[in-house]
Amino acid sequence: MTTTDTRATGGPAPGGERPRDERLLRTSPLRKLLSRPELGSVVGALAVLVFFAVAADGFLRPSSISTVLYASSTIGIMAVPVALLMIGGEFDLSAGVMVTSSALISSMFSYQMTANIWVGAGVSLLVTLAVGAFNGFMLTRTKLPSFIVTLGTFLMLTGMNLGFTKLIDGTVSTKSIGDMEGFPSAHALFASTLGIGGVDLKVTVLWWLGLVALASWVLLRTRVGNWIFAVGGNEDAARAVGVPVAKTKIGLYMGVAFGAWVSGQHLLFSFDTVQSGEGVGNELIYIIAAVIGGCLITGGYGSAVGSAVGALLFGMTSKGIVFAEWNPDWFKFFLGAMLLLATLLNTWVRKRAEATK
Amino acid sequence: MTVTEERVPLVELTDVSKHYGNVRALEGVSLEVHAGEITCVLGDNGAGKSTLIKTIAGLHQHDGGTLRIEGEETRLASPRDALDRGIATVYQDLAVVSLMPVWRNFFLGSEPRKGKGPFARLDTDLMRRTTREELLRMGIDLRDVDQPIGTLSGGERQCVAIARAVHFGAKVLVLDEPTAALGVKQSGVVLKYVAAARDAGLGVVLITHNPHHAHLVGDRFVLLRRGAMVGNHTRDEITLDELTKQMAGGADLDALHHELKRG
Repeated sequence: MTTTDTRATGGPAPGGERPRDERLLRTSPLRKLLSRPELGSVVGALAVLVFFAVAADGFLRPSSISTVLYASSTIGIMAVPVALLMIGGEFDLSAGVMVTSSALISSMFSYQMTANIWVGAGVSLLVTLAVGAFNGFMLTRTKLPSFIVTLGTFLMLTGMNLGFTKLIDGTVSTKSIGDMEGFPSAHALFASTLGIGGVDLKVTVLWWLGLVALASWVLLRTRVGNWIFAVGGNEDAARAVGVPVAKTKIGLYMGVAFGAWVSGQHLLFSFDTVQSGEGVGNELIYIIAAVIGGCLITGGYGSAVGSAVGALLFGMTSKGIVFAEWNPDWFKFFLGAMLLLATLLNTWVRKRAEATK
Repeated sequence: MTVTEERVPLVELTDVSKHYGNVRALEGVSLEVHAGEITCVLGDNGAGKSTLIKTIAGLHQHDGGTLRIEGEETRLASPRDALDRGIATVYQDLAVVSLMPVWRNFFLGSEPRKGKGPFARLDTDLMRRTTREELLRMGIDLRDVDQPIGTLSGGERQCVAIARAVHFGAKVLVLDEPTAALGVKQSGVVLKYVAAARDAGLGVVLITHNPHHAHLVGDRFVLLRRGAMVGNHTRDEITLDELTKQMAGGADLDALHHELKRG
């Protein structure tokens, strides 16, 4: 094959210096863009932004933007690990109540043991990670569908949240921990507000951006990322080439648990008590954000940035309806419509990607 | 068994058997794989071909007989174990993850990295370049290594999998029905790459139910029927007709021929 010219040795020089292959039709930048998983959500987000900028007075005011970003970040922090898990081919229905569990453990441990807040937060981190590991372990060991396994965890956690809170505190909410040692520093880390350039930015927005950056790095630039795509795309093939399938999946569930811990600590330290019944239903919101952001429900495809755009869409819609002074009941309608549109678009994109030429 | 060479086979199975509960999946199968040779395993559906390759690939262990790798008796604990000993298996349908780009598939499970500690990252430039070069070396000139591997044709996908095994220093290449789902032309292309792998000095195990394909490239032929070995020949011992006849179960074919004869 010595006749095959410089193409062989040139390598994939960035910027397209490689001599063009005559069989490659000129790929328009638009077509290239179309194959990105985030595309649908970005287009949707722009449309919603323009829509509310016109329909709602003051939607683009700094204070509104900060409200929207805050709402998006609370969803986004969880949407990132949930998206990674979906790329890995699994669901976690317990993600919503796990946030509440994490907050409850933190609060109750500190209060009951009269310990420093950070001790409670540490214990909470360990327990939450253990719940995540349990999900992953049950899934990989029993080979049951993740829908069933995490539905079980979801119900058990819901019951335990209420049961233990009533048993220990006598009511459905925890005792205030606002005056306990370590509260100010924990509040600063998980629930403070920073003024940046005239916009009040909640610290959760930084957590959110940080997690998106970390997850994107892991997905695209590490071998673990390669494994996540592989176990979601074709588990048997991944196992056959030596990818540690079980470890990857357990790790993904522990990632969701870590997100739940961060969210839970935010929930706790924004106020100083936690309602034990919270969180039910949020797991679907995280999944919807991930799907709108381009994650395939069947796994193997998606991105962390997409989940962030999905969460942003969520925040814009929920707050935009308020700013436009509409009946907030319409929120769910918008959500459903967006979900359907996004899924249709994603299916179409995947068909193109998988199509045999 | 006519072992003409004195050299030690890369892989040697002697009298290997495998049972699933009370089902006899494999009984008394012997075969040897030499460097630079192609050993064909022939058999109809349910003959035990899959069980045999799963044993060689480390997906499950044999119950009886011995498995020797380069003369050393052993048991393979996992596919990873088999890979570490230089046995790479290319499966018919689960060779690749179709939504992932070609270069990510090529290195899946053995990704090269650069950097240290928490900053260790995929060496994506090296991965893309190597994929391109290795495929080119096998005569596959790919348009774009960034395209999802699902967009390649069945034959091309097989070839990527073979090139991958060769690149990772496999000494023994196990191919599970590489031509089963392919047309005549595509099959020819794949067989060409199989021969290229052989010429590169690898020992190849080619599983197939097509005696025509086997006879084109094979040096040794092991015939399986209903879990048992019914023939073990070298190339100079057997003709294509005889191979076809034995594989279809000689007498059965005669009976069928008789039954279907018109008038």
